[in-house]
Amino acid sequence: MAFDSLSAFWVMEGHGPYVWSCYAAFFLLMIGLMVWSWRRRNAVIEACRRGIELKSGQQTQQAATASAASFTRVKVSQD
Amino acid sequence: MWQFFHKLGSPKWFFGIAARLMPWLLAGGILLLVAGIVWGLAFAPKDYLQGNSYRIIFIHVPTAFLAQSVYVMMAVAAVVTLVWRMKLADVFVKSVAPVGLVLTFLSLFTGAVWGKPTWGTWWVWDARLTSMLILLFLYGGVIALDRAINDEKSAARAVSVLVLVGVVNIPIIQYSVEWWNTLHQPSTFKLTEKPSMPAEMWVPLLLSVLGMYLLFGWLACLRMQTEILLREQRTRWVKDYVLAGRG
Repeated sequence: MAFDSLSAFWVMEGHGPYVWSCYAAFFLLMIGLMVWSWRRRNAVIEACRRGIELKSGQQTQQAATASAASFTRVKVSQD
Repeated sequence: MWQFFHKLGSPKWFFGIAARLMPWLLAGGILLLVAGIVWGLAFAPKDYLQGNSYRIIFIHVPTAFLAQSVYVMMAVAAVVTLVWRMKLADVFVKSVAPVGLVLTFLSLFTGAVWGKPTWGTWWVWDARLTSMLILLFLYGGVIALDRAINDEKSAARAVSVLVLVGVVNIPIIQYSVEWWNTLHQPSTFKLTEKPSMPAEMWVPLLLSVLGMYLLFGWLACLRMQTEILLREQRTRWVKDYVLAGRG
């Protein structure tokens, strides 16, 4: 290891704040980007699934209404 | 060859290939990046001139490298979009532009923080820094233009033209340190020469550059998959995929 102790590693002869702030920004943004992209993909899959289920639900309802209508008696004048 | 090209244009085929590649890209990327960073931070020797602040290089160079090469990849995809009207090329440009934006911002940020202890200033309007800032604006412009146009085909064409106009900035970034007097040091890696630093320094740097390439590959596949799902949601295969619950 290039440093004698853990505190020397942390301080880096006065350059610690510069080095660590860069690494913090790097990990924060990279992990943030990865998590955001992953969650967005899952959200899109979920939205697609709900859309398909909603559509198939409507189609079933329409089919039920249509079949019910076929049994509706129509009043015809007996005169 | 043409069959491969034809297949490559198929969103369904790409979706399957991406799903198979992604675990390898993610695992390899994290492994190489962590190895490079740990080696660079804790085990690489101190620089005789810059001291320990030079350890920022292990993230500065990979982000700057990727920021430029992502733009070049986008320019190739823009040509493919304009000439062959391949849908996947447009999907690629749209999906990776935000990744390029983040990478460019990170390279500028880490460069500025590195500049303070090394040059005594956070920012100078010299050629390398200014041309990188223009690259950041180009990425922002690409994202904004794509969102401003509702029609998918018109957006794809407009974005492709903008990407191709902006590609002139890439050689300017690359050669700015040679053409003008700048504070920025010359490139660490050159294709034709040996690296300008000892192996204990350039090997971890190379590892983190490779790791970042693999992570970019994972991000590109993931984001392209999302865009493909959005565009193809009315097709049979997307319905089957979504209902099968493979998320």
